[in-house]
Amino acid sequence: MKNILILGATSDMAQAIAKKYAAEGWNLTLAARNMELLHPIASDLRVRSKIEIISLEFDALEFSNHRTFYDSLANPPDVVICVFGYMGDQMLARTDFNEVQKTIGVNYTGAVSILNIVAEDFEKRGKGSIAGISSVAGDRGRQSNYIYGSAKAGFSAYLSGLRNRLAQSGVHVMSVKPGFCYTKMTESLELPSALTADPEQVANAVFKGLEKKQNVVYTLWMWRWIMLIIRHIPESIFKKMGM
Amino acid sequence: MRKISDWGNYPIIEAEVSGFDTTDQLREKISNSGSMIAFGNGRSYGDASLQSTILLTRRFNKFLSFDDTSGTLTCQSGVMLSEILDVFVPRGWFLPVTPGTKLITLGGAIAADVHGKNHHVSGSFGQHILSMDVMRTDGSIITCSPEENTDFFKITVGGMGLTGIILKATFRLKKIETAYIREETLRAANLSEIMDSFETSGDWSYSVAWIDCLAKGDALGRSIMMRGEHASASELVNASHKHEPLNLKPGLQLSVPFAFPNFALNKLTMKAFNWAYYNKCRPGTHRSIVDYNAFFYPLDAIAHWNRIYGKRGFTQYQFVIPKAAGREGMQKILKRITESGLGSFLAVLKLFGEQEGFMSFPMAGYTLALDFPISLKAMDLFKELDAMVADYGGRLYLAKDSRMDAEMFNKTYPNVADFRQAITLLNEGNTKFESLQSKRIGITG
Ligand SMILES: Cc1cc2nc3c(=O)[nH]c(=O)nc-3n(C[C@H](O)[C@H](O)[C@H](O)COP(=O)(O)OP(=O)(O)OC[C@H]3O[C@@H](n4cnc5c(N)ncnc54)[C@H](O)[C@@H]3O)c2cc1C
Ligand SMILES: NC(=O)c1ccc[n+]([C@@H]2O[C@H](COP(=O)([O-])OP(=O)(O)OC[C@H]3O[C@@H](n4cnc5c(N)ncnc54)[C@H](OP(=O)(O)O)[C@@H]3O)[C@@H](O)[C@H]2O)c1
Repeated sequence: MKNILILGATSDMAQAIAKKYAAEGWNLTLAARNMELLHPIASDLRVRSKIEIISLEFDALEFSNHRTFYDSLANPPDVVICVFGYMGDQMLARTDFNEVQKTIGVNYTGAVSILNIVAEDFEKRGKGSIAGISSVAGDRGRQSNYIYGSAKAGFSAYLSGLRNRLAQSGVHVMSVKPGFCYTKMTESLELPSALTADPEQVANAVFKGLEKKQNVVYTLWMWRWIMLIIRHIPESIFKKMGM
Repeated sequence: MRKISDWGNYPIIEAEVSGFDTTDQLREKISNSGSMIAFGNGRSYGDASLQSTILLTRRFNKFLSFDDTSGTLTCQSGVMLSEILDVFVPRGWFLPVTPGTKLITLGGAIAADVHGKNHHVSGSFGQHILSMDVMRTDGSIITCSPEENTDFFKITVGGMGLTGIILKATFRLKKIETAYIREETLRAANLSEIMDSFETSGDWSYSVAWIDCLAKGDALGRSIMMRGEHASASELVNASHKHEPLNLKPGLQLSVPFAFPNFALNKLTMKAFNWAYYNKCRPGTHRSIVDYNAFFYPLDAIAHWNRIYGKRGFTQYQFVIPKAAGREGMQKILKRITESGLGSFLAVLKLFGEQEGFMSFPMAGYTLALDFPISLKAMDLFKELDAMVADYGGRLYLAKDSRMDAEMFNKTYPNVADFRQAITLLNEGNTKFESLQSKRIGITG
């Protein structure tokens, strides 16, 4: 029986990922900072399937607890998926440095802190897969969300470096770059339906990508091309666009 | 603020939209806003789940418990019927009642007290609810059932979200041996033939008819009846079905990518559709084994099919008239619809059984439902049809409605006065649960 550890398990994407893996018969370790939210999620999964489910408390910002958290896992994971993230308030972040620190802390530092520990373990065991949910927002900084975007850019660069390092030891690292996705992070926004994925689509892409050992996964597919174009707009023109 | 609409894309409004994860969050949201309405999956056609402050329930969607021996399921209100089927059909359980789409939430199923093709034997969805929890305007949670807080239970089933936010509900699934339906189709040359068929199909669990509503004269009401039973394991013929009787392979999912231009759905295309459909079913009775998706949810195979009606949107006119008035009434109303040439290719006829319920739509009699692209002509026609429906002692289905006026509503729902009084009392001094629809038809002020 295979084990998966999902970090940020209360997020809508994580819930869809958990359902997918549960349906595939994996044992789940769900980690999230808010246990009140996590319990009904776990009980839901228990009704759905007969697999083993463990719920644990995990805060991405409590860096110093990360090692104890990981070392005390009952089921050493075969796959770790880092889903947590924080969109932050871009307007607030312009003037309030605490908001900046929180955004970077969750999306970059917290993710690096825990994944370093995972990488060390996987490298030693010579196997395992790590997936990080980054974002297309990290592909180019835009005025509407560049604090979040730059933290995700850092996370994307981290994942690609980690992939490079661990390739030799048989450990697979996958970067996931969702475009728009219908989740609580975006539910008050009006998103273009043709460009917006359901969490289930992201979950399927993550599952398939990990099975096939893909390196970088965009959901939906057109986002790869959209971001390719956006990345290639000359800076002199880009800076004048209100994006 | 964002644009939002129900399934008919009419009306489309701007609203403040948000969801919740916990009852505490919900309580806070309720106390912070003057008025709101629950939005399940927006599969009602008009404005029943719309107003300027919308509460999304889709994320409140956890299965809470299931008892393998009795089939008793408890889940949060945002769970979709499709999720229940995905999880429980492979284990040998099916919904006690299901509408013609599985893409609705449990909350929406209770609030509209939805009916299915088995209404004449199993009644409406609300009759299967053993118990539910509802958060009221003051933030308190009330548990109600046919035995406990019965008055509140009565007005919440079919209460269109006006009594409170349904949080979770318990109901019993029914045992099945296979994921397949043993289906019989037969065609009827006119309305009187199809009504005969309904009368003689009472023993079948499921029955429904598709009417070619453009057929005129002697052929008025020309239709195809589909009736079915859950197939037992021994009734399956196909080797792959026999091998895994409860598991279906994922079907082909099509999608309409964008709103069609308005001219795409002219009379001609509808006529062609109707003809093809009718001629596919040759005279006589045809038996086949079909999977439950094909039998119950043919339209769900095409995502966003509502876009074929273009940007102006559409509505569904669904009425019921008592059985006694059935033959004459249905003949007259259908004649008026076919004369207008405004009707759609999707006309569904069904014979309901007896119905208890306070605000529920069904009554023992015939119900007909058809789609209309929004137009001034259609609106005029509806007024005429309303008068006929009311005269025959019938009524319209709130879940499909976007245009009925208060007068029509008051005339046709017998418990309106008591219901209005109860809602006024519940809302008094608190946040109001109200929708564009409840204001239009005069339930809320
Ligand atoms: C293709 C198609 C076929 C259909 N076939 C049938 C059919 O055969 N029989 C039938 O009966 N209906 C049918 N319907 C209508 C549909 O079943 C109902 O409109 C149903 O109520 C939609 O549920 P929803 O979850 O989408 O809710 P919405 O459409 O979002 O809301 C419907 C109502 O429920 C209320 N509501 C939703 N959730 C809650 C909650 N948690 N607490 C309190 N109130 C709530 C809303 O306020 C609103 O008044 C069909 C619709 C479509 C699109
Ligand atoms: N939605 C999109 O359009 C989109 C697009 C691109 C990328 N993404 C990325 O996709 C991932 C999943 O997001 P989502 O859309 O599913 O949104 P979401 O539901 O809002 O998920 C964000 C999750 O991060 C968790 N989190 C925040 N701070 C945390 C902390 N300090 N410690 C632990 N967990 C913390 C949240 O926990 P709580 O539940 O306790 O708040 C929540 O579960 C995120 O990394 C996001 O950046 C989303």
